[in-house]
Amino acid sequence: MLLQIAEPGQSAAPHQHKLAAGIDLGTTNSLVATVRSGEAKTLINSQGRDMLPSVVRYTADSVVVGDAAMASAVNDAENTIVSVKRLMGKGYNETLALKDKVPYQLIDQQGLVAINTVQGVKNPVEVSAEILATLANTASETLGGELNGVVITVPAYFDDAQRQATKDAAKLAGLNVMRLLNEPTAAALAYGLDSGQEGVIAVYDLGGGTFDISILRLRRGVFEVLATGGDSALGGDDFDHAIVGYLQQHTGEAELSHQAMRQYLTTARSIKEQLTDSDMVNFSLPVAGSQFSGTLSKTEFEQLVAPLVKKTIRACRQVLRDAGLTSDEIVKVVMVGGSTRVPLVRTEVATFFATEPLTSIDPDKVVAIGAAIQANVLVGNKADGDTLLLDVIPLSLGLETMGGLTEKIIPRNTVIPVARAQEFTTFKDGQTAMALHVVQGERELVEDCRSLARFELRGIPPLPAGGAHIRVTFQVDADGLLSVTAQEKSTGVQANIQVKPSYGLSDDQVATMLKGSMQYARQDMQLRLLREQQVEAERVLEAVSQALKADAALLSAQELTNINQALTTLAEVKQGDDTAAIKAAIEHTNTLTDDFAARRMDQSIRNALTGHNVDEV
Amino acid sequence: MNYFQLFNLPAKFDLDLTELGSRYLKLQKQFHPDQHSSGSERDKLLAVQQTANINDAYHSLKQPLMRAEHLLALRGLKISHEQRSFTDPLFLMQQMELREQLAEIDQSADPDAVIDTIERQLQQQKKQLLQQLATALDSETAEQDQQAADLIRKLKFFFKLQQELELIEQQLQD
Repeated sequence: MLLQIAEPGQSAAPHQHKLAAGIDLGTTNSLVATVRSGEAKTLINSQGRDMLPSVVRYTADSVVVGDAAMASAVNDAENTIVSVKRLMGKGYNETLALKDKVPYQLIDQQGLVAINTVQGVKNPVEVSAEILATLANTASETLGGELNGVVITVPAYFDDAQRQATKDAAKLAGLNVMRLLNEPTAAALAYGLDSGQEGVIAVYDLGGGTFDISILRLRRGVFEVLATGGDSALGGDDFDHAIVGYLQQHTGEAELSHQAMRQYLTTARSIKEQLTDSDMVNFSLPVAGSQFSGTLSKTEFEQLVAPLVKKTIRACRQVLRDAGLTSDEIVKVVMVGGSTRVPLVRTEVATFFATEPLTSIDPDKVVAIGAAIQANVLVGNKADGDTLLLDVIPLSLGLETMGGLTEKIIPRNTVIPVARAQEFTTFKDGQTAMALHVVQGERELVEDCRSLARFELRGIPPLPAGGAHIRVTFQVDADGLLSVTAQEKSTGVQANIQVKPSYGLSDDQVATMLKGSMQYARQDMQLRLLREQQVEAERVLEAVSQALKADAALLSAQELTNINQALTTLAEVKQGDDTAAIKAAIEHTNTLTDDFAARRMDQSIRNALTGHNVDEV
Repeated sequence: MNYFQLFNLPAKFDLDLTELGSRYLKLQKQFHPDQHSSGSERDKLLAVQQTANINDAYHSLKQPLMRAEHLLALRGLKISHEQRSFTDPLFLMQQMELREQLAEIDQSADPDAVIDTIERQLQQQKKQLLQQLATALDSETAEQDQQAADLIRKLKFFFKLQQELELIEQQLQD
């Protein structure tokens, strides 16, 4: 059986059912789901719907989210933010192509993209936080209590900046994010646990703004992502825009006002939806005071979107190659995202994979349902070891080297968490500092990749060129977020950075926004920080005591005395209200027990695999 | 770190990959950060580091070339750090010929057929070299270890060629 090494942290309240939710923060619609009585279901909001349009409207003195905001999308387009997900984690320059496509005003806020509204400048993180808070509200009202934690889904293709931005938004909404989960993985979870299916499956996820294709292997409760690919700028919205182009050709209106654009888009979406079941659709649009009427046939529509669908199939071929598989090795194809209702998409996918795709779970809900299942596991409501998710990083991570070239440190599709190190040396005689530029992407040239962070290692001993050895370590956690450490080997001087991407927000900025947001003005930040430290102190006390009970034999008498002293101090300080002192006592205890923890880990790895027949696994 | 020890498997080149896979999953089920999500910050950090090690070890043992390199490293022979130059005129000649064939693919009348032929050639060569590598590593003598290191270097050329071939194939398809 499994060792009980995870037990200490979980022993605080073993039988208490905790409240957790999965959130699908979508480009067009968002959903929240939870597991109740063993079944994962999406939750219905006060409007009686489970789909919340990802739309936020700012008026002079209020914020409206969802259907009510959507209703004003045409007459107050400039203050009604749609598809904000496309702006997450983006620099202003990266969104120039969207400028003509969105009816609200994008502005440059110190390199970041932001939106000018009647209520002032709002950034994408703030807008997304409004959507998340609304969903969390639905969940707490339905479940009758505050959520202990949430799992939020992101497209597999989201880069570090976009993931960080999503986490920031959740923080701003006051949510505890247990995990960012890739959308296709969530969909596979929803299907996998349902059917007990084993083998290799493909998840084809065509959402509003992004396309993801992932290949997963399911065996004995383990979900292993083998490869993932896609296009972060291709989705159902592009189908709509293709139809808008067609409409414009026929109405003769080359330039559209924001309001007219919104109307064209609404018409386009309706045409697209109707063509799922019919072969011909009539439409009418106001042009220069009169009404323009026309038709669009399914064949014409399919001609319009065929190049887009082809692009997705090309990505499917690529990802199979990455996984080292051929299309006949795929046992099931899962369809995700409203755009997979388009018949052409279904037939092309069926042809490529030579199998009829699965559509039994609503493609709009499947991601939220998968997220809810994972949230339920992570919050501790399920016996551990039942299911496990092994995910990969979607994009390679590397460093800039001489001549503006990228040196990949961790290639894409590597299983996370992962740590990889590489050694570099100095370039000049007597060089005492080294600049490190962390980038993300597949291209050879740094300028074609995404810049994530820059930092410097100083205090390198002056030696001849090539004399100093600098070891750079990249570590990616289970959320896919990166931290980088650089260390000079002879002196041990060290510099590190938690990659706050150039377009992300610093902790200070988030804290300021937290304080500034109306929602949390009432909350006493200091008290919150104190509580957090007290809880952490409690965890450490519990964990170390449990560890001592089990493995005190691994310690010398002196070590044991020191640790016991530290525990006594920590327990005393915890009773008080000095946040800094508690934090210091925790750190002191951690330092003293670092070695102990490492020894226990090593021992348990040895134990895990000795004396066991693999059949027992 | 001895990756074989981590999985409690004998330090041999001829490895039972199915067995490795199931031991890997077993360790993952125990140490993955998801199993520690309600633990303290330090528990979580340790879990991340531990899982990163397990992932790295699995990744290295799974692939024959990296597994061979790791075996040699355990025996005190580090391939990436030694600067032994490597001269085998016959081998270098063969490499040059293969490279020329790659460069001429796009001018051929039937590129797919040419790709297939080269692919088969590469596979066959790789298979032979891998067999020789297995024998060399099994004998566990310093001399044979040097031989193994040479074979690894040769194999790297072939793996690189294979990658380039796939790239060419991809470009032709798109």
